[in-house]
This record gives sequence, C-alpha cells and structure tokens, in this order.
Amino acid sequence: MVLAIDDLTVEFATDRGTLRAVDGVSLAVASGKTLAVVGESGSGKSVTALATMGLLPGSARIGGRIVLDGEPLTPERQRALRGGAMAMIFQEPMTSLNPAFTAGEQVAEALRIHRNLPPRAAFDAAIAMLERVRIPDAARRARQYPHQFSGGMRQRVMIAIALACAPRLLLADEPTTALDVTVQAQILALLDTLKRETGTAVVLITHDLGVVADHADDVAVMYAGRVVERAPAARLFAQPEHPYTVGLLGAVPKLAGGAGRLASIAGTVPDMRNPPAGCRFAPRCPFAISRCIAEQPPLIPITADHATACWRAPLSQILEAA
Amino acid sequence: MLAVTDIAKRFGTVRAVDGVTLNVAQGQVLAIVGESGCGKSTLGRLALRLIEPDRGTIHFQGEDLGKLSPRALRARRRDMQLIFQDPFGSLDPRMTVEQAVAEPLILHNIVPRAQVRDRVADMLTRVGLRPELATRWPHEFSGGQRQRIAIARALASGPKLVIGDEPVSALDVSVQAQVVNLLQDLIRDLGLTFILISHDLGVVRHIADRVAVMYLGRIVEEGSTAAIFTAPRHPYTRALLAAVPGQGGAAAPLEGDVPSPSNPPPGCHFHTRCRFAQLRCRVESPALEAGVACHFADSLPPPAAMAEAEPGGARLAQLQSFFKEARP
Ligand SMILES: Nc1ncnc2c1ncn2[C@@H]1O[C@H](COP(=O)(O)OP(=O)(O)OP(=O)(O)O)[C@@H](O)[C@H]1O
Ligand SMILES: Nc1ncnc2c1ncn2[C@@H]1O[C@H](COP(=O)(O)OP(=O)(O)O)[C@@H](O)[C@H]1O
Ligand code: SF4
Ligand SMILES: [Mg+2]
Ligand SMILES: [Mg+2]
Repeated sequence: MVLAIDDLTVEFATDRGTLRAVDGVSLAVASGKTLAVVGESGSGKSVTALATMGLLPGSARIGGRIVLDGEPLTPERQRALRGGAMAMIFQEPMTSLNPAFTAGEQVAEALRIHRNLPPRAAFDAAIAMLERVRIPDAARRARQYPHQFSGGMRQRVMIAIALACAPRLLLADEPTTALDVTVQAQILALLDTLKRETGTAVVLITHDLGVVADHADDVAVMYAGRVVERAPAARLFAQPEHPYTVGLLGAVPKLAGGAGRLASIAGTVPDMRNPPAGCRFAPRCPFAISRCIAEQPPLIPITADHATACWRAPLSQILEAA
Repeated sequence: MLAVTDIAKRFGTVRAVDGVTLNVAQGQVLAIVGESGCGKSTLGRLALRLIEPDRGTIHFQGEDLGKLSPRALRARRRDMQLIFQDPFGSLDPRMTVEQAVAEPLILHNIVPRAQVRDRVADMLTRVGLRPELATRWPHEFSGGQRQRIAIARALASGPKLVIGDEPVSALDVSVQAQVVNLLQDLIRDLGLTFILISHDLGVVRHIADRVAVMYLGRIVEEGSTAAIFTAPRHPYTRALLAAVPGQGGAAAPLEGDVPSPSNPPPGCHFHTRCRFAQLRCRVESPALEAGVACHFADSLPPPAAMAEAEPGGARLAQLQSFFKEARP
C-alpha cells in the first residue's frame, strides 16, 4: 500500500464545543489505484486529505496513524514530502495557484525544490509537463499568468504542478466539481492516463457517484466523519450494504431515468458538535432498530474486500424478513 | 404562456444571448441546459424582463412585456417569479422567514393584511417546513431549508410562470432529491409553467417536458425531453450527454474549451469542437430548423446509445422503496 490511514481522528475546538470532524477513519490505496471518497459536504473528506498532507491548522487535534510507503508520516516528513512524493489538487485552482507567477514558473518551482533542478532545466521540464497535461502551445502558455487561463486550463496547470515530481500519492479534492461536464470528462480522462503511466496512487474526493463508477477502483463512503462502507467500486454499485449508500444511489436522478419520485433520504446530516450516540445515520435510516440508537456500529468486513458499518447488514436479511 | 422572439443581449463585447426564439406552453416545464457562460441566466432574466433586451420581443400570456409601463410591469410581476441557485445569497439576512415570505404578499396585495400570517403558514407547510419556524432568521437554517424558504417566497404571490436558475445545484445529493421531489409536486399541484435552468442533466431528465440546449448564446437544439435524451440530433447535444459521468467512461471527451463569448467562431459557433464539421460550417451559421441548428443534422450517424448501468437490480430497488415510504 502506498497510503494507509489507520483510525484517524481530527478534532477542532469551536466556540460551541469540540467538533470531531473525522472519527476513526481507516483507508488504504495501492500504487496505480484510485480510491474514491464520497460523501456529502461536511462528512470529513477534505479534513482527512488535509490531515494526510499535514495542512490542517495547528489548532486541530489529530489522532491515529498515517503511513506512506511503510513509514509513518510525522509533521517533519509531511513537510519534506509535500509537493514531492505526495501532492494535492483542490476544487478551485485559483485559490492554490499564485497569481503573481506564470504557469511555467509554478511548475518549475516544484521541480527545483524536490528535484534540485537548476532554474533553466526546471523551466524546460515544466514546459514538457504542461505538454503532458495537454495544454496546447505549452511553451507560450508557460509564460502566461493564471488569470489568462480558463477554469479547465487552470486545473490542468494544477495537475501539472502536482504531478511534476511524479508523486507516489495524489490527493484530488473535488478536482472537477467547479467545471462543466465536458471539461470534467477531459480532466478525469487525463488523470486516469497519467496515473497509469506513473503508478501514482490516487485518492479522488467527490460527491458524484457517476465519477466514482467511471474512475475509481475502490470506494469509501463517508457519513458524519466516519467511513460507513468500503468496497471495490463495481461491488458497491451492484450490492451496497449500508443503508446510507442505498439511499444515496436512489437520490441521484438518472440520465436514463423516468419521472417518478426520487428515493430521497429524509432529514439532514447531524450537527457534528452533537452527533447521535448510536449509529450516526439512525435518525434518517428507514431500517433503524433500537440497537442502532444505542450502539455505534463498527465497520465490519462482509467479504474480504467489502466492509460496512450497519447493525442490520447484510441487508438482504431485511428483504427476506419483509 | 411565454413567447420569446429573436431576443439578444450584449454586455460590452460579450454576446450573452444572440438571437433566441422560445415558446413555453401553459403548464409545461422547459429546461435550458448548456455549459457555464452560454447565456442561460441572461436568457432567464430577459424572459422576465428583469433586464432590457437589445432586440427581440417577449410576450407573456399574449401581452408584449416590452410595451408595458414600469408600473404595469411591476403589477405583472406577481405572475412571474425567479428562484436562484444560492440559498444563502437569495434571502435577506435581516428578514425573518415570515417577513421574507410575506413581502410579495403585501407588495402585490394578494391577501388582506389580516390574512398574511395564515397565508405564510400555508406556504411554509406546502414546502415542507413547520409554520412555527416563521419567526426564525435565515442563518438558522440549512441550505436545503433555505431553498425551501426561497421557493415559498417565490410562490407566495401565486405566480403562473416560475424560472428556477439552478435551484438545486448548490445542494448535497440527498437534500437535492428532497427539493427536486418538492418542485415536482408543486409544479403539478399548482399547475405552474416552469423554466428550469440547470447544468445537471439527470435533474433535467427527471423534471422537464421539453429541453433547449444552448451554446454560446444560441439555442442549438430544442425538443421533448425524451427525444433530446434518447435521440439527440445536434453534435453538441450528443457530446454534452456523453460527457455525463456514470456511463462507463467510454465516450471520447469533447476536445478544447468553450470559445470566448466576446469572439465566437464564425459560421456555426460549435464548428471548432465538432467532429462532423465541414467547410460550410465555418462560414455559414445554421438556423434552428425543425428543432436543430446544424447543417448536417439529417446526415449524421445515429448517436451512441446511452449506456447507464443499473447494476443494483431488483434488490437495490426493493431496499430503496423503504426510503420512498419514509417521508418526513
Ligand atoms: N479549520 C476548521 N475549524 C473548524 N471546523 C472545521 C475546520 N475545517 C473543517 N471543519 C469542519 O469539519 C467538518 C468536515 O469538514 P470537511 O471540509 O472535511 O468536509 P467535506 O466533507 O470535505 O465537506 P465539503 O464537501 O463541503 O468540502 C465540517 O463540519 C467542517 O465545518
Ligand atoms: N452584468 C454583466 N456584465 C458583463 N457580462 C455579463 C453580465 N452578465 C452576464 N455576463 C456575461 O454573459 C455571458 C453569459 O452569462 P450568463 O447568462 O450568466 O451565463 P450562464 O448562466 O449560462 O452561466 C457570460 O460570458 C457572462 O460573463
Ligand atoms: S446501524 Fe441501524 S440505523 Fe445505522 S444504518 Fe444500519 S440499520 Fe440504519
Ligand atoms: Mg471538501
Ligand atoms: Mg448562470
């Protein structure tokens, strides 16, 4: 495994008490594979990624273990590897690109720091990298500033920076959420190609189940700070074993679908300062029993590679009983 | 109900809407789709005459909105309302829910003052909120609840035509499904004529009767929802549908970016990205005829069938039926 996260917890002190944003998350990604992390806003996806990169504010209290290539990530190691062996791209490229430097300079910077390339060679390598992410006329574009690029092009520049040093791990946090579908398709296809060529392990954070179906090898579904289900992507769609996953799959309007009511999940996500004591999904779950309200279900394997955190799994039992 | 004829609007050099003709029948749901910047919101605001067109006319229930005095137009507004994407921006933070929903009632004298409170409670119930929440402030609500409040406010004056500009785009999937269901119920129960501006083609397929596809300020295809989704004719419509994830990722993505709307390509605006483009496309702009604006619409190969997998099968459908029954 390139990345192994074990029992990660992240807490923030807020003026209305402690907020546990991530509560015992365990994840792993192998070389050349894509793990999708799906869940609604506030479920802890970004905090998990930021904890891995060592980019959380100093006030965050972090517990558990994060291991990259067999060695635990300490703050020192995170600082040394960030932008080199592990890189991250964000939803809004404009916030992470520096408006005062050209695209070429920003790609070259990563190469100078992590590869010790002299400036001239770094800039040439940067142009080659911009070509690899299919920026047309890369030599000229390398001398332009971020505001001169479209949203899709900026995200390509971000990907070029992130992949310049051939990272072992790439964390992509909603990299295409702000883009139109046609541009999204281009960017995700590009990420797939680059990943195949370099063997980079990718964590793809998204709320779009269609993106998961097309681009992920494995999926972790997060709800209220916890992983509630984990499986190979094909298996998750064919046989979801957590009620939240079942509801989520029904809530997405299908392109081929008809006009009936959507299977919406009633209610809203819990306030993370005051989460339900038992299963965090219990207040919205049509299958909840009294045990669900009292006791938190652990993430338990059903098969070798499929785990779910639900007292009523496997869910076929419910159908047989009904 | 609404007839927009050859309408156009520029902002400086940007041709936001560039000669659009559209008809919406009473009780119909028309979706306007297309990539960001193609002019959807501008078209919506033009249709309600919230902004002045550079040319073209808008007839609402047979009446030319361009000929109405400002006063007459204001009075007409009770019949035409807009719902925005951003449930955080569209409500005044200094107004309670009750004040927000009551404002259009008072403005247009919909009910006697004494009945305003009851009518507000009515509207809140209709959108699935408890009337006791009327005295609360917008910041006390979640995104989905705020969008319900915005919908209650838009519907309070009893409009006949409502435009929803990305009304569910800012919402998380599970909440989005609740609001989509709510909108469908309201459209049916109140007999609304609805224009849905959306980039989410799944939502469009689910709600709309007809679809208009825009590219760089123009409509390139218009037709029934079933026809657009199962037999798209314009190359851009095909590319847009093929780009929606969840279909196996088989389709080759459309190359390049949308060209700048201040300097659109000559001829067919789409020719720079079109795999079927020929010389004629570069010089001659195709008119929207029989629902499609493409010189070669009749001679293109048939579109690829949509290959959306439904691997969950009967088991998943049965499990999901429990969610449908469990209404709040
Ligand atoms: N610096 C911070 N201080 C306090 N709370 C924070 C901080 N960063 C994140 N949180 C909280 O942690 C929880 C999880 O946040 P996170 O951004 O990881 O969610 P997410 O699932 O990625 O959401 P989104 O999809 O909206 O980005 C949220 O409740 C958020 O408000
Ligand atoms: N008030 C304005 N001033 C200048 N340009 C504008 C204004 N409103 C819209 N535009 C431009 O018009 C084009 C179409 O915008 P819009 O109708 O908002 O598109 P969409 O809703 O499809 O994103 C865009 O290029 C946009 O930048
Ligand atoms: S543990 Fe209980 S409440 Fe939680 S998802 Fe399973 S059935 Fe629902
Ligand atoms: Mg996030
Ligand atoms: Mg818009």
